[in-house]
Amino acid sequence: MITPELIASHQLSQEEYARIVALLGREPSYTELGIFSVMWSEHCSYKSSRLHLKKLPTRSELVVQGPGENAGIIDIGGGYAIAFKIESHNHPSFIEPFQGAATGVGGILRDIFTMGARPLAVMDSLRFGPLNDPQMGARNRRIVAGVVAGIAHYGNCFGVPTVGGECIFEPSYNGNPLVNVFALGVFKKDEIFYARASGVGNPVIYVGAKTGRDGIHGASMASAEFSEESSQKRPNVQVGDPFMEKLLLEACLEAMQTGAIVGIQDMGAAGLTCSTCEMGSRGGTGIEIDLKLVPQRATGMTPYEIMLSESQERMLLVVEKGREEEVVRVYKKWGLDAVIIGVVTGDGMLRVRDHGEVVAEIPNRALADEAPLYDRPHTTPRRDAPMEAPEFHSQDLAADLAALLSSPDLCAKNWIWEQYDHMVRTNTIQVPGGDAAIVRVKETGSSVAMALDGNGRYASLSPREGARLAVAECCRNLSVVGALPVAATNCLNFGNPERPEIMAQLVEAIEGMAEACRHFETPITGGNVSLYNETLGDPVFPTPVLGIVGLLKTGAPVTIDFKQPNQIVILLGGLGDCDETRFGGTEYAKVALNGLWGLPPALDMDYEKRVQAAMREIVEQGLAESAHDLSDGGLAVALAESSFGPAGIGAELSFQSDLRPEFLLFHEGPSRILISTGWPGEVCRIAAEHGVEALKAGFTVAGKITVLNRWETLIDCEVQPLRESWAGALEASLRG
Amino acid sequence: MKFGVVVFPGSNCDHDAWYAVSHILGQPAELLWHDSASVGDCDAVILPGGFAYGDYLRCGAIAKFSPVMGAVKEFARQGGLVLGICNGFQILVESGLLPGALIRNRGLKFICRPVKLRTETTDSPFSSAAAKGQVLTMPIAHGEGCYYADDRTLDQLEAEDRVVFRYVDNPNGSMRDIAGILNEGRNVLGMMPHPERASEPLMGSSDGLLVLQSMAAALTGSRA
Repeated sequence: MITPELIASHQLSQEEYARIVALLGREPSYTELGIFSVMWSEHCSYKSSRLHLKKLPTRSELVVQGPGENAGIIDIGGGYAIAFKIESHNHPSFIEPFQGAATGVGGILRDIFTMGARPLAVMDSLRFGPLNDPQMGARNRRIVAGVVAGIAHYGNCFGVPTVGGECIFEPSYNGNPLVNVFALGVFKKDEIFYARASGVGNPVIYVGAKTGRDGIHGASMASAEFSEESSQKRPNVQVGDPFMEKLLLEACLEAMQTGAIVGIQDMGAAGLTCSTCEMGSRGGTGIEIDLKLVPQRATGMTPYEIMLSESQERMLLVVEKGREEEVVRVYKKWGLDAVIIGVVTGDGMLRVRDHGEVVAEIPNRALADEAPLYDRPHTTPRRDAPMEAPEFHSQDLAADLAALLSSPDLCAKNWIWEQYDHMVRTNTIQVPGGDAAIVRVKETGSSVAMALDGNGRYASLSPREGARLAVAECCRNLSVVGALPVAATNCLNFGNPERPEIMAQLVEAIEGMAEACRHFETPITGGNVSLYNETLGDPVFPTPVLGIVGLLKTGAPVTIDFKQPNQIVILLGGLGDCDETRFGGTEYAKVALNGLWGLPPALDMDYEKRVQAAMREIVEQGLAESAHDLSDGGLAVALAESSFGPAGIGAELSFQSDLRPEFLLFHEGPSRILISTGWPGEVCRIAAEHGVEALKAGFTVAGKITVLNRWETLIDCEVQPLRESWAGALEASLRG
Repeated sequence: MKFGVVVFPGSNCDHDAWYAVSHILGQPAELLWHDSASVGDCDAVILPGGFAYGDYLRCGAIAKFSPVMGAVKEFARQGGLVLGICNGFQILVESGLLPGALIRNRGLKFICRPVKLRTETTDSPFSSAAAKGQVLTMPIAHGEGCYYADDRTLDQLEAEDRVVFRYVDNPNGSMRDIAGILNEGRNVLGMMPHPERASEPLMGSSDGLLVLQSMAAALTGSRA
């Protein structure tokens, strides 16, 4: 008996329930209600965001597959392609940090290899509450340690290098950490597999781990806010087994070589439910399965539980009829279950039997494509920060720089990434700690660069400008290493979309991202939306995270550190401009002034694009001995980071600027890159050809960082002590 | 000559070792499946890094029962060259081909970073191409790489010149800074650092290639 309480407990509205009844022409069974609830959850259906996601550009000459499949695909030339995508695992990582983060890695890896691509790299974009928060600090430190260990556990054992990412701390993530995981894989362009069930009569095969009671309703959990009772949801978090996933990877890639696999999809969110109805819907077919055939690790599981389980490391295959044995043999070789549980039908229905008896019978399209679509009201984006800047005057600029460099956002993140195997498979050319990671593709002689960027502070001041800045910075990070940005994936982390001021943040961020992705010619090929990131009514900062990939020739990378003294230091793009209002989102405002106000830095997208084009040409011609983009912390932080290489080389820079000292050193205006070179004339010539400024700012020196403006010394300090506090700060903060 | 690289379920540096031998060292290499009862016509065997059988129970504890390990033991008994890298070292220790144990790192965390190793002996088919005392840079990537043995065993290893590599800055708490050791017959080496990850300049170091080159030289010499 379906009661209003039961409907509400499935997070379906009365209107949604009425729609279900209309689509079925009858009341649903309990199992069917469960199936609808997960497929129509925000997490699976994108019912609040779909309307606006359509505004994003999704096509280019290189895009082989855009949104709608397990991952986007880009042609990288030489007969090869890459698949990549970013996905959030925010809610599970808050409830159970280790397993939540681990299964986040597992889920995105399956999205990649279910298409036939061998995973080449993983990156993570992480947001936590402050480590020194008086109330939440201890818990935040536990969450950080758990998330990092979970990512390490899964990726290291599976054997994929974790090559970079970002990690930021803000009070808005106190009750809602963000764990966004990006994965990228490579395959031959003519060996791509899709999640489509075609060929009536073809068998449906279940492979991988057995089904248990873990993760039931994980997708619905990720579609609701947290309350004080959230710890009771721990059983909703799945448990990962990276060893099983490694076997599944090798078995799937080997089985694909038989040529007998017609379609394949992993069982992620909403498990067996999602994989069956989505494969049927995409193939324009139906799927009929019998649950008695599903391998189970718990006894007495109900059809409801089997259909909604989110047990990890499982896949669903459709195989050419008569060739089942070829496929099953491969899985057996790897010690995995491979069981025929059903058949592709021509009636477009998802029909679930339990020992022959029909327990659910729903048109696939109703589940996958007829999900509710909401044009939720949106007003003005929520903002809590004032527009007005406070009065401030630095007492000691060198001390400010030291404080910034040892702040959790800007300090060295080795404590995190040295726990990740970032070298396995011997393709990592640029290890974590650079502006972008670079991974070579042995088969083609070319490399793929990748970066993740997102700035919740900027987006909280203006979601539209924040999203545009994230695209620009991500592309700049790629251009700094000489890579041409070609395509993007996005992860949109927001609060409750039923609140118009939150919905407005989402809409504006998507529109800003669409505009910037068009401008920088980086279409969005897929991604993920994570809403309801709120605890007790406190939303996270709107946090659009971009993952952008770029292509370059394989070779020794351009790195950020100065290599030798007496090289010329050039600020490509110039000093930029800033005023009080545009200074309020900076790390300086956060660390030195404990403030947030105004607007994010102003971005001129045309100029940015020209700076990046010039940078790529400088790298291509081998003129940059080092290069580092200016972002969080501005010029002074970029200069310090460039000085922290093994050679311990700093620089002496001298300017003639009207900017006040705080702005000159710490403003975060985009479109700027710090280069050291032995060929300044050539660099300036290239910059001029692209119509961008190349400011000869000074020269490299051993062991010192000096900045002067109009012959007044702003900063004059030794590299070594700064480096030490930068290097050890995160571990010190984690000790509490 | 031919190198064999064993593939256990859960090995994940198998391809890296195969690539380093076949594409950089330039010698034939083939993969040996874990349930084969022989090492075929291979002249040297590499047990690669990874998480054999998920490293469940204890690193290497299940791998030692796999059929191929019977063949590897016999191959080693007859003097065949066996190199165990990382998880391979753990498996050699569990199998009794090398003494001691590998336990959780001091600090209890997985560590992945380049480390400096001092070459302690060149009197081995794995280090003859290096100079005694030469400092090599290779990455480590392990959670359980702290070498442990009782004092008598450690004294014996040192007395018999069986410590091939020592860490310059001990990253994991290994006793007497040990990073790699030989068996009594000097034809089996276990080491935690990854030579195959340091076999070309693009990877940041080519020092690991010295280990593979030493093996190739030993095999050529034994043929001649």
